Amino acid sequence: MKPFGYVRAGSVEEAADAYASHPGARYLGGGTNLVDLMKLGVEQPATLVDVSRLPLDSVEELPDGALRIGATVRNSDLAAHRLVRDRYPVLSQALLAGASGQLRNIATTGGNLLQRTRCPYFQDTSKPCNKREPASGCGARDGVHRDHAVLGHSPHCIATHPSDMAVALAALDTQVELYGADGERSVPAAEFHRLPGDHPERDTEIRPGEIITGVVLPAAAAGLPSRYRKARDRASYAFALASVAAVLRADDGVVQHVGVAFGALAHRPWRARRAEEALLGAAPTAAAFERAVDLELAAAQPLSDNAYKVGLARDLALDVLTRLAPPTTST
Amino acid sequence: METDTAHPTTGPPDHHHSEITLRVNGKPHTLTVDHRSVLLDVLREDLDLTGAKKGCDHGQCGACTVLVDGRRANSCLLPAVALDGGDITTVEGLGGDGEELHPLQRAFLDRDAFQCGYCTPGQICSAIGALAEAAAGHPSHVTDPGAPSGPPVALDRAEIRERLSGNLCRCGAYPNIVEAVEDVIP
Repeated sequence: MKPFGYVRAGSVEEAADAYASHPGARYLGGGTNLVDLMKLGVEQPATLVDVSRLPLDSVEELPDGALRIGATVRNSDLAAHRLVRDRYPVLSQALLAGASGQLRNIATTGGNLLQRTRCPYFQDTSKPCNKREPASGCGARDGVHRDHAVLGHSPHCIATHPSDMAVALAALDTQVELYGADGERSVPAAEFHRLPGDHPERDTEIRPGEIITGVVLPAAAAGLPSRYRKARDRASYAFALASVAAVLRADDGVVQHVGVAFGALAHRPWRARRAEEALLGAAPTAAAFERAVDLELAAAQPLSDNAYKVGLARDLALDVLTRLAPPTTST
Repeated sequence: METDTAHPTTGPPDHHHSEITLRVNGKPHTLTVDHRSVLLDVLREDLDLTGAKKGCDHGQCGACTVLVDGRRANSCLLPAVALDGGDITTVEGLGGDGEELHPLQRAFLDRDAFQCGYCTPGQICSAIGALAEAAAGHPSHVTDPGAPSGPPVALDRAEIRERLSGNLCRCGAYPNIVEAVEDVIP
């Protein structure tokens, strides 16, 4: 690892200033991904700007009933938070399906969103990777890609975003709050991460030097039935092969609110807009769920060794939606 | 306060080094650390506390697990400089003063919960953290989502296995590790 400088920021403004005045800086949250990538030689920051002690570690109710989660709230604390468990169970479930107890104690809300979209070729500096080194090629496309993307990939990159938390945030219509040189702005969580296109080196819409200050869970989704389900190679502590987060409210036999997002299928959490459009206003029946999910997954372009993901994601989504539907209509 | 002359980080703080104070097993240490040093390296190389083990060095095996401000964490992923002022407990500090063992250490012996022993310090620190989390009402992946939020979570075998999934044992001593943890559940 190359030597680097270290600055501890006391405020968000101080952090942004330190980033701007230190070329080659990276923000340090919990560091569970960044430090790992530094050990691998993938990340080589000249300076770490430590934002882990910023006063952004609270979960607060906003006047309109929304829930604001500070960027430095640890994943374990967020998963255990009473208001999150009671009002947004899908988020608590997604967090608890990710990583290990130790890592969740370290990892932050902001850092979880900013962990790199990645694959083993990205992490191995002896292999070509367009994400790590633009125009160097993709080792995965004709290599080992069983875990890779089936939706929204490009000739340049087939990596997937590994977060479970981000999938739940996407399904919940969460807003990501940012602070940077141009002031504050917010971006929908479902659009915060990018598809690879011609620039796989860019994982998110964040601008250089911008910092995540928090995420806001909308009041509209509070208390609605929601659920997360993840399939992986072992029972615990593994990345998803496919996962789904869903929020569903049906009254009087009609779907009134629906949010569905897939994990591990694409370069970003995949918000299933087509499926949602098909379901909104329809009766929440098994046939309607199948039609909607198939409509969404019709866009899949599996590679030679990962077509199984499409059927797996379909089964997960149908299971979750069926469980969320009111009992009288779920048969 | 004791000042350690830390290897390989001799010399005054500079652009790539900083002076930090860590409280380790109840004892304060002021050291100058290379920013690249993670807590695990400082514990093992500078403070001669070799209980925490370097397994994968990437947060995947849990052998380096220690308690940071009372919470279990992978010490291989924590830059020491970022922990300035922190309170660290390693396996060496669990039993308090003298030769007395922590009840969970005793349970590991009684249950023969290890073979080679390399993962054991991490398993024990992780289990102590997990017990505290359950007592504080933290759910896990296998906790019934319908369970009320707040009260302590009762730990059955499925809960113990899930909560300790961040600690690998290549000898496969898991059944006895689960029994040892069960022995100390309040």
